[in-house]
Amino acid sequence: MSAELGKNESTLVSQVHSHSSVFPPAEVTDDLFVHEPLDSRLQEQVSGQTVSVWKDAWRRLLKNRGTVIAMCIIVLITLLALIGPQLSGLPYDEQNLTFSNLPPKVAGLEWLGFDGKDAKGIDQYEARGITEHFWFGTDEFGRDLWTRVWKGTQISLTIALLAALLDLFIGVAYGGISAFYGGKIDNVMQRIIEVLVGIPNLIVIILFILILDPGIFSIVLAMIVTGWVGMARVVRGQMMQIKAQEFVLASRALGASNSRLIVKHLLPNAVGPILVTLMFTIPTAIFFEAFLSFIGLGLQPPLASLGVLIQDGYVSMRYFTYKLVFPGIVISALMISFNLLADGLRDALDPRMKK
Amino acid sequence: MLKRVGYMLVTLFIIATATFFLMKTLPGTPFTNADRLNEQQLENMKAKYGLDQPVAIQYVRYLANLVQGDLGMSFKFMGRSVNEVIFERIGPSALIGFQALIVGTFVGLGLGVVSALRHNSIWDYTSVTLAVLGMSIPSFVFAALLQYYLGLKWGLLPPALWKGYEYTILPTLALSVTVIATVARFIRTEMLDVISQDYVMTARAKGLSETGVIVKHVLRNALIPVVTMLGPLAVNIMTGTLVIEKIFSVPGLGEQFTLSIVVNDYSVIMGITLFYSLLFILMVFVVDILYGLLDPRISVRGAKAK
Repeated sequence: MSAELGKNESTLVSQVHSHSSVFPPAEVTDDLFVHEPLDSRLQEQVSGQTVSVWKDAWRRLLKNRGTVIAMCIIVLITLLALIGPQLSGLPYDEQNLTFSNLPPKVAGLEWLGFDGKDAKGIDQYEARGITEHFWFGTDEFGRDLWTRVWKGTQISLTIALLAALLDLFIGVAYGGISAFYGGKIDNVMQRIIEVLVGIPNLIVIILFILILDPGIFSIVLAMIVTGWVGMARVVRGQMMQIKAQEFVLASRALGASNSRLIVKHLLPNAVGPILVTLMFTIPTAIFFEAFLSFIGLGLQPPLASLGVLIQDGYVSMRYFTYKLVFPGIVISALMISFNLLADGLRDALDPRMKK
Repeated sequence: MLKRVGYMLVTLFIIATATFFLMKTLPGTPFTNADRLNEQQLENMKAKYGLDQPVAIQYVRYLANLVQGDLGMSFKFMGRSVNEVIFERIGPSALIGFQALIVGTFVGLGLGVVSALRHNSIWDYTSVTLAVLGMSIPSFVFAALLQYYLGLKWGLLPPALWKGYEYTILPTLALSVTVIATVARFIRTEMLDVISQDYVMTARAKGLSETGVIVKHVLRNALIPVVTMLGPLAVNIMTGTLVIEKIFSVPGLGEQFTLSIVVNDYSVIMGITLFYSLLFILMVFVVDILYGLLDPRISVRGAKAK
């Protein structure tokens, strides 16, 4: 076969010429047709450098300055949340009343306001003869706020990540099943979602916290009761779109099994929107945790979360502003960064933005 | 249309049932001084509120009362019905809610329009940054800062309580921040979208003045989808009132709700929950209908809620 191909290739030009002279031929015979040489190696060749979708998206993400800064801030805060509590060498729940209500003091950063002076301008460290420095100050029980703020960030981030991941699993499974099997199953599953969407999620969260004892797990549980609905809708929408495309039909025609279709074709093509939704879930979860703590439904002391710290700080805001400022800055920075990152991801993954 | 109403009723029924049974699973008695009452008094109290009946009967009674719009009696405030409590508290909440919605929409509209018209200029960047900040900073952090600086430190406005119109300004401001940010972002994207449409080019090509094009063609069409924002915004404001009324000591529904949570006044929690849910569901419904009226391409009958 290959030998014949080679022969045809060499005689290509002459044959074409000889036939064109007697055009149109009286009879269509096989020798009028010339085999085009087929080189299977060239079939898949792409001229130019190949760039995978993810590399491309990553490149576009890095071009967005806001997103890069946001990523840096998230990494920094996460690192501090992990190692911060160890840095000052003080446990987050140790009470020491001789150190109560000390303003923040950092050697070398006095000009930035870390001078250990309280609202009246008295250096509390000198007045009380304390040589130790508390970077973020202490609360009314003398607990080190630096440790508590980063411990709180750690807990808030844990809650947010857990909630987001569980949302992801339930949402992808539910939306995927609903879209993939379609028909009656889809119909029933969508009716359930329509009812759930009608319920304000804040109400559900508050009710669930009321019956469960406040704690990390119950907060996460309360948040995912209705939280997964958004993810399920995104996944279903994407899956429906992809399912209707020709490459899925082609794959099915070639005998691909359902699981292969889902794992190889449907999920990878839906990852973008799923990732973006996941990124938007995290700041929402951080906010809800803080919100619950603020209205008195959050974690119980001595556990700290950003919400608990803000609530504590708010109560004594008038005389000890620093107690509110530090957790407030951390939570705001986290939420801004996650929102920016999610925005950037959406732009980077949306092919319509590509020019 | 009928289908939508049906869904609303089903949703409400599920919420009512869920709240009822969730409340039943809560530990302890709902009465204030339960440990100081003797057996007989406790029995009397239970009989008074119908708590001595089997749960099934309580449930049916509760539903029957609900259909008539009766949310039951408060367990903590003797002799006061939940309806009374809600009715008394709704005024201040509605006032700051509406003010925040109006202030937020107009300021947000302004920011969004400027942002879109001066696309990629310093104005655009400033307003986009403001919008991101407004959406990200939790409302209670912002409210606390407002209270501290404007109220306590500089003494420009009363920091808390509810004694006159000037007392509504700070809560309104604090509530409107998220509204401003959301509306500004939304308007900006919508306007940029509309500006690149062919009919805008046509309008320009036939020689309309720039203001004419912007006001008559761009803004008008960009405003239609803003209606869809009303639902989420209303929820936002509702969530906001819970914390902001607590911070500024506004005697509103949100403050009552957080108070009831702290003192475990279950019937009031249940009542306000149902009330909020009803508001939310009605809001979504009205928005859907409004949107259908404004944009004939979308019909409520299609029932494909997006």
